Amino acid sequence: MGKPTGFIEYTRQDISYTPVADRITHYNEFVVSLNDSELTQQAARCMDCGIPYCHSGCPVNNLIPDWNDMVYKEDWQAAIAVLHSTNNFPEFTGRVCPAPCETSCTLNIDDTPVTIKTVERNIVEKAWENGWIEPQIAAHKSGKRVAVVGSGPAGLACAQQLARAGHSVQVFEKQNRIGGLLRYGIPDFKLNKRIIDRRMAQMRTEGVIFHANTHIGVDIPARKLVDEFNAVVLTGGSEHPRDLPIPGREFNGVHFAMDFLRNNSRRVQGDTFHDSEFISATGKHVVVIGGGDTGSDCIGTSTRHGATSVTQLEILPRPPEKENKGLTWPDWPNKMRTSSSQEEGCERMWCVATKEFVSDDEGNVKTVKCIKVEWNKDEEGNWKMSEVEGSEFELKADLVTLAMGFVHPVHEGMLEELKVELDGMGNIKGETEGTSAYKTSIDGIFAAGDMRRGQSLVVWAIREGRQCARAVDEYLMGSSDLPR
Amino acid sequence: MSYRALPEKQGLYDPKNEHDACGVGFVANIKGQKSHSIVKQGLDILDRLTHRGAVGADPLAGDGAGILLQIPDEFFRAVVDFDLPEVGLYAIGMLFLPQDEEARAEAEASVISFIEGEGQSILGWRDVPVENSGLGYSVLPSEPFIRQVFIGCSGECTDQIAFERKLFVIRKQIENEIRQSELEGKEAFYFTSMSSLTVAYKGMLLSGQVGEFYPDLNDERMVSALALVHQRFSTNTFPTWDLAQPFRMIAHNGEINTMRGNVNWMAARKESMASEILGQDLEKVWPLIPEGQSDTACFDNALELLVQGGYSLAHAMMILIPEAWSGNPLMDEKRRAFYEYNAALMEPWDGPAAVVFTDGRQIGATLDRNGLRPARYIITDDDLVVMASEMGVLDIPEEKIIKKWRLQPGKMFLIDTEQGRIIDDAELKEDLASAHPYQQWLNETQIDLQVLPEAVASMSPDASTLRDGQQAFGYTSEDIKFLLTPMVLTGQEGSGSMGTDTPPSVLSRRSKHLSTYFKQNFAQVTNPPIDPIREEIVMSLVSLIGPRPNLLDLSHGGNNKRLGVQQPVLTNTDLERIRNIEDNTGGAFKTRTLDICFPAEQRSSGMKPALERLCDRAEVAVREGYNILIISDRKVDADNVPIPALLATSAVHQHLIRKGLRTSSGLVVETGAALEVHHFATLAGYGAEAVNPYMAFDTIQSMLSKLPESLSFDEAQKRYIKAIGKGLKKVMSKMGISTYQSYCGAQIFDAIGLSSTFIDQYFTGTATTVEGVSLQQIAHEVIRWHSDAFGDNPIYKNHLDVGGDYAYRLRGEDHAWTPESISKLQQASRSNDWNTYEVYAKEMNEQQERLLTFRGLFDLNLAEEEIPLEEVESAKEIVKRFVTGAMSFGSISYEAHSTLAVAMNRLGGKSNTGEGGEEDSRFNPLPDGSPNPERSAIKQVASGRFGVTNEYLVNADDIQIKMAQGAKPGEGGQLPGHKVNAQIARVRHSTQGVGLISPPPHHDIYSIEDLAQLIHDLKNVNPKARISVKLVSEVGVGTVAAGVSKAHADHVTISGYDGGTGASPLTSIKHAGSPWEIGLSETHQTLVLNQLRGRISVQVDGGIRTGRDVVVGALLGADEFGFATAPLIVEGCVMMRKCHLNTCPVGVATQDPELRKRFTGKPEHVINYFFFVAEEVRLLMAKLGYRNFNDMIGQVQRLDMRKAIDHWKAQGLDYTRILTKPDVDESVSIYNTETQDHGLDKAIDHELIKQAAPALEKGEAVKIDIDIHNYNRTFGTMLSGRVAENYGFKGLPDDTIYVKANGTAGQSFGAWAAKGLTLELEGEGNDYVGKGLSGGRLVIYPPKQSGIAKAEENIIVGNTVLYGAIKGECYFRGVAGERFGVRNSGATAVVEGLGDHGCEYMTGGVVVCIGSTGRNFAAGMSGGIAYVLDQDGTFEQRCNLAQVELEPIKEEDDALEALDHQGGDLEGHGRVDVSHDMTRFDAIRLRQLLENHLHYTNSDVARRILDNWNEELPNFVKVMPVDYRRALEEMQIQQSQSSENSKGAR
Repeated sequence: MGKPTGFIEYTRQDISYTPVADRITHYNEFVVSLNDSELTQQAARCMDCGIPYCHSGCPVNNLIPDWNDMVYKEDWQAAIAVLHSTNNFPEFTGRVCPAPCETSCTLNIDDTPVTIKTVERNIVEKAWENGWIEPQIAAHKSGKRVAVVGSGPAGLACAQQLARAGHSVQVFEKQNRIGGLLRYGIPDFKLNKRIIDRRMAQMRTEGVIFHANTHIGVDIPARKLVDEFNAVVLTGGSEHPRDLPIPGREFNGVHFAMDFLRNNSRRVQGDTFHDSEFISATGKHVVVIGGGDTGSDCIGTSTRHGATSVTQLEILPRPPEKENKGLTWPDWPNKMRTSSSQEEGCERMWCVATKEFVSDDEGNVKTVKCIKVEWNKDEEGNWKMSEVEGSEFELKADLVTLAMGFVHPVHEGMLEELKVELDGMGNIKGETEGTSAYKTSIDGIFAAGDMRRGQSLVVWAIREGRQCARAVDEYLMGSSDLPR
Repeated sequence: MSYRALPEKQGLYDPKNEHDACGVGFVANIKGQKSHSIVKQGLDILDRLTHRGAVGADPLAGDGAGILLQIPDEFFRAVVDFDLPEVGLYAIGMLFLPQDEEARAEAEASVISFIEGEGQSILGWRDVPVENSGLGYSVLPSEPFIRQVFIGCSGECTDQIAFERKLFVIRKQIENEIRQSELEGKEAFYFTSMSSLTVAYKGMLLSGQVGEFYPDLNDERMVSALALVHQRFSTNTFPTWDLAQPFRMIAHNGEINTMRGNVNWMAARKESMASEILGQDLEKVWPLIPEGQSDTACFDNALELLVQGGYSLAHAMMILIPEAWSGNPLMDEKRRAFYEYNAALMEPWDGPAAVVFTDGRQIGATLDRNGLRPARYIITDDDLVVMASEMGVLDIPEEKIIKKWRLQPGKMFLIDTEQGRIIDDAELKEDLASAHPYQQWLNETQIDLQVLPEAVASMSPDASTLRDGQQAFGYTSEDIKFLLTPMVLTGQEGSGSMGTDTPPSVLSRRSKHLSTYFKQNFAQVTNPPIDPIREEIVMSLVSLIGPRPNLLDLSHGGNNKRLGVQQPVLTNTDLERIRNIEDNTGGAFKTRTLDICFPAEQRSSGMKPALERLCDRAEVAVREGYNILIISDRKVDADNVPIPALLATSAVHQHLIRKGLRTSSGLVVETGAALEVHHFATLAGYGAEAVNPYMAFDTIQSMLSKLPESLSFDEAQKRYIKAIGKGLKKVMSKMGISTYQSYCGAQIFDAIGLSSTFIDQYFTGTATTVEGVSLQQIAHEVIRWHSDAFGDNPIYKNHLDVGGDYAYRLRGEDHAWTPESISKLQQASRSNDWNTYEVYAKEMNEQQERLLTFRGLFDLNLAEEEIPLEEVESAKEIVKRFVTGAMSFGSISYEAHSTLAVAMNRLGGKSNTGEGGEEDSRFNPLPDGSPNPERSAIKQVASGRFGVTNEYLVNADDIQIKMAQGAKPGEGGQLPGHKVNAQIARVRHSTQGVGLISPPPHHDIYSIEDLAQLIHDLKNVNPKARISVKLVSEVGVGTVAAGVSKAHADHVTISGYDGGTGASPLTSIKHAGSPWEIGLSETHQTLVLNQLRGRISVQVDGGIRTGRDVVVGALLGADEFGFATAPLIVEGCVMMRKCHLNTCPVGVATQDPELRKRFTGKPEHVINYFFFVAEEVRLLMAKLGYRNFNDMIGQVQRLDMRKAIDHWKAQGLDYTRILTKPDVDESVSIYNTETQDHGLDKAIDHELIKQAAPALEKGEAVKIDIDIHNYNRTFGTMLSGRVAENYGFKGLPDDTIYVKANGTAGQSFGAWAAKGLTLELEGEGNDYVGKGLSGGRLVIYPPKQSGIAKAEENIIVGNTVLYGAIKGECYFRGVAGERFGVRNSGATAVVEGLGDHGCEYMTGGVVVCIGSTGRNFAAGMSGGIAYVLDQDGTFEQRCNLAQVELEPIKEEDDALEALDHQGGDLEGHGRVDVSHDMTRFDAIRLRQLLENHLHYTNSDVARRILDNWNEELPNFVKVMPVDYRRALEEMQIQQSQSSENSKGAR
């Protein structure tokens, strides 16, 4: 409940970052969190709303007012119990979630939402520190075997829930380490990978078996899983990146963002490989195409490499500085946001379309030809883009990363082999509610996370993983006590 | 049409909901001298009480009237053609018989056979002549054939008393025989009387028709020494002859609230009752109280039994309606013992009551413990006593009157015509109290639980066992957070705000506590709720456990021991004491514990057989002599499932009643299923004499370490018990019940969503209207909880369920208002986007998966052919039917309040001031003369009467009398001091920083005729305004609404229980009242059946959110629609439910200036919303094929019920009764088509206005002389309305209109009298003098020729004088009745004595009382001051010191000294204005007021005091509210600081 008058008495206070000059010299997290008394005060700002909008704003429906109250009363141990009851991995969301809960917080009507995400992160970190997080080992085993393909947040959440329900769960991951997007998509400076490891340790004790370097549909036929397991859950993510098919796309130095990031992360985490496999931004003019989170990750990584300049191009217009609260709250608004990586230094350009890459004699990209665009509504009210005549310009570019999102899961390999039905977007077709929730077109095969819903947030992946686990449990046992 | 003419039970109409309230009176010769003039005077009284009765659609059909007389022997000898034996040896049975000859003959045969069968003889029959030409068309068909049967006393009856007793036994048998017969027209059969002493003439008549209808009464030979009369105003509306009063022994003005329980308890006594006097005859009188009678008829039956069983009349009345004896320090010990002893014999028949009674020899009257009905009397020098509900009912020359007095609360007054004297209350009770050694009997038989030896209770279990147990009983984490924690921390129940928007239990997908299917009933209109805090003196939680003594054992109470507890919540130790009681009471008590668990393996099918076994075991135990049964679910575990304790308790209770064994044993409940107040209330209501909530105690134990305050378990437990006790008092008091003993078993609930088979079996007699779940689903709910507790579900492994009832939780209970629906509604109305509105409306309307409301299961029966949308009535017209809800400026911010007003004015709808007045700057026209955009068209008049000035009222289009509020019907409210800022204090005419209380009742509405009076008063102030009455849905609301329509309200609002609130106890938000679908439908059906619908407009509110809601409301019978929560949400409310904390983060429900800045609402948003709703209505109208809105009203055949097949609980629902369309002639209106006739043309004020024209037009002074009578009600009020129209609240200079009146004024003399108006009355006033006084001056003194010796020992004005007075002066030479100056906020009054509850809830003004006061003076008084002359030094005992301090009047020196420094305050005419500083100048102020009093009234007392000033001054006590002083001092400091600051600035 917090303190009824807390929001009037205390001003909002959130985490800060270590100085830019300092933090760009390493790949560690650089958050300066709040101390305990600050945290309890911040939690006291929670008003225990009659309708907690944060609740629905949060995809895993975290019981935010409840644990805020517990933090206010300094009962951290109770707080983690409640937090864990809806979210398997608050340490991930507490770091990388964009916190739609805070957007929908009642106090956000006045731009001073409760610092929910920070409180969440501290609850779980305190719990790890104090050893309150223990494996929850099922008392009875069901004898059922479940294969989970893909070890991102959806796969991990699903696996953990199923293991706790007593099933034997094996997780298959094509990369050399477990974690999926958490592992190689998100740079270490935003999510230290030890965070994943300690959670894996808990899951191992709970009975989950992890198989890295195992590419289903390539190394092992998918059919084999279907035959050997009572259920198979596909949580392979949405990994097919959107390409930019313009002249010069083939030049050296034009990369998909994920290739750039993964390589970097592997080296940070200690993998050794030849420099030729490594994409370096050191001393380069970097152009990042795409204005989303992945783009930001490219910027932060480039900055840490020591890029000469970093420019980020976004085709959409610059969003308004402040949203119209009356029309957007408690929904996620379109507004100007600046990530920590952007803050570290880069030029951001809006309404820019990339026309062509130009190379030097050796086929290395040298410049990018761009043009300004305009957005207007047509007669039907749909936004239409048009190029502004005579607005062409060029940017120096030694390295270009394409961070324009992902269109759908990779079809080649597993999905084609299994022949699961896809939806119009190219994702695996499946419902989230009702009796066929999370089922694919093939009996015994389930899908969750980005592979089913398309590219999305970590927190959505956790939600789907949990709900899918319940669906699988119901499928295997006839009924399920697992929470949705 | 049947003879009885009451329509059959149909649809939601049920004749058993009839109520009545009325005017009563009697006239008697003390010496027993019989004369015809007494009879004539009786009839005259009836005539003068006409305004207290009612007429329905047929102007010649009254609700009933009658007269009870001694048998005029000479008359009957003359008119019968057979011989009569000597007086006393014959009796007359006066009979209503069927008109049909054959049926009549059959009935008469039955009469004869029983009379003869009991050994008496038939002397002959007489057809009673009647003159029916004056009867109304609706009455004629029901007129019975009226005959008198003359019965001769046989030898067996040795005296007249024995003869009377025999007659009683005969009559009971005949009545029972006829009732059970197949006789055609048996409903018409009825004995008005059957006695050798009295005869009653009555009928379904207007009061003036009695003498006309019965020519007998006009015969000079018709003589009697006493005449008891009654005029009925029934909230029922159907002509019934038998319900007219007087009954055989009594006439009653008021209502018995505990009737269901009283009747049950009477039935339950069958086996335990024996009478030496009645002997074997006792068995012949059962059923003693037949079903289907009025409350008064039942009461009469009970009284008869007691009297015929040997009690004296007075004694019997004192058993039935005892004084408030428990905790009254002023009561004599002997009398207390008398009452305490008798309390065990019978539970009180509780409710407001003025009962007049006679056995033909004695005649008397008694008043309920709280004095809730008026009863005044006079005594003349020639031995005449006239008593009536008001004064002036007979024109008796003043010089003959030697005493004018009133009946006081709990007091009795008896005339013994044989002894020829008046026996007053003190003597009467002294005699009775001394008749037996009651204290000794008590000492011998009564055991207080606390004196039994300590016992060892079991300790709390470990955490996980506890959690399992909690889960098995359905505990949620909310129960701990919202319910238990506040109780343990504060000793009272937690508060919440906004209405409930969760589904009724039957629609919920979750298991619900069985008690949630029961909704608490509450008093509205027909009787007043009680304030259990301020009027705690009448409340009692004392419970007697165990067998009841034999009611008819007149001597020693037998060997029956009684076990008493001070309150019904038992600690674990208490329970063990009871379990071990046998050893400690020498075997007087024997306890058996009955386990109510059944094997889990049997699943839900195990419950029914378990219940059967339980009832059998209970019966066997009682027959074996176990006289305390403990119903226990302690054995709950993984293998044993508890039957819901409520079900088990009621099943056993009802079973034992049926077997006539219930009073042979006590019933105690040991349960884990009792946690919150409502759980205890339901257990008590269905028969539990005491409850041990062991799981709640265990839970409290486990919570202790987590509480912010360090508490011992004992202290925490004590606070919890206190909180439950307080809550129980509140629940009882909202129905007007003051004792736990009467509440116990009284079944004051409506069932919502339970099937009638289930109810009939286990909760017999409870109303259920829409069917619903039966035993199987109830069992399933319990099994589900049990599985949660003991199953493997990981969610419940370490945590209780989230609940989600009080605050939204995703995995909890469903709510109508969700993040989605709120944000869509706000976004739609802010951007005027229809598509977004549709998303919102769809979420609300389409309840397929998620059932939220009963209307969600309605299907609209669409027309075959849709009509074009453009042909449908425009949205602009439809929105005129929309109003916003009554939300006070105080509960919501100025910004939120005025935004709604602006929107509604622009729209053409109406906004509502809510309680608490309105600033004149908001209703006065703008400087350019245009209407004020911030004016609220509806002005509310609530119980607090804050800011209800004449000016406020004349600026209304509608005046709404708030009888009840959906979120907390039957309760008052409180605005805490911190919310009363300067602006709010100004509007409410109160003091900044001082808390304000709204009482639970309107103190001028204790019954329906009072409401009619208030409607009349308000209509007088503002004849142009519609008068509206706001009611809350409950079973029987239709009957009340019919009464309201007959009381001439122009408009009635039916609110659902789910209406909003700024602050209310959680129990009330959740558990009181019904959904509007039920109440509206019942209202509409009842009004149509009574042909009253056309003259009243019906509005519905409570959770109306969409156009579909409006359409459903219209089809069910509503003309207009109220919206509150939805427009608030449009303004920015986000359902924080924190209104009561003043921390609203969006500036809606807060007075915090910083938070108010956050308000972003705009009138345009509200307007957009209402047009969306209207547009949605139009779309649906097109689909339904209606062009005009009126065509849609009441067309209930266009609604179908969709069966909720997939819902495990809702599938049993059946809306047939809601969807019944009354079968009436086409000419009967089914929507509002006409206006009420208020009869204002008869007002004497027209004459005043005429004569006062120079003053009204030019401000010239006028003087008016006029005669006045009791039927000239509401005097000076219409005139004051005109003054306010022309001159506003500030009115005219003093005495500009000077009216000198002579005679007895009717009710509401000088109500809302304006400044500049002086009303001088030589005579006397009735009730409600100076109500709402708005600056006028009232002077009342006895006539010069009066025969009374001392004015100060006689009554001069009635009850509830100066209620809600705002400003003005009053001087009353004589004593006032109860509740003088209640809620006075600024008037000054001098009076020479007053009754109980003086200055209650007063917030301002000055009251000087130079005589004694009644009890409970200054209860809830938060402002103003009183000076009381405390001659004998006992005032302190009669003063409620909770909020005030008593102090001597300061020496004048001080004040004079102060004056020296403030010489500038001296005014021109030599008097000092001391009104500005209430903390000082007491002596000066008092002296001035007494000088005025002497000047205006020539008071002897004032003269004596002034003559002996120095000696008398020390006898005065000043009553000073603590908060008021603090606030005044704070303001003074502030003022002096600011004046110093401003000096400094210069």
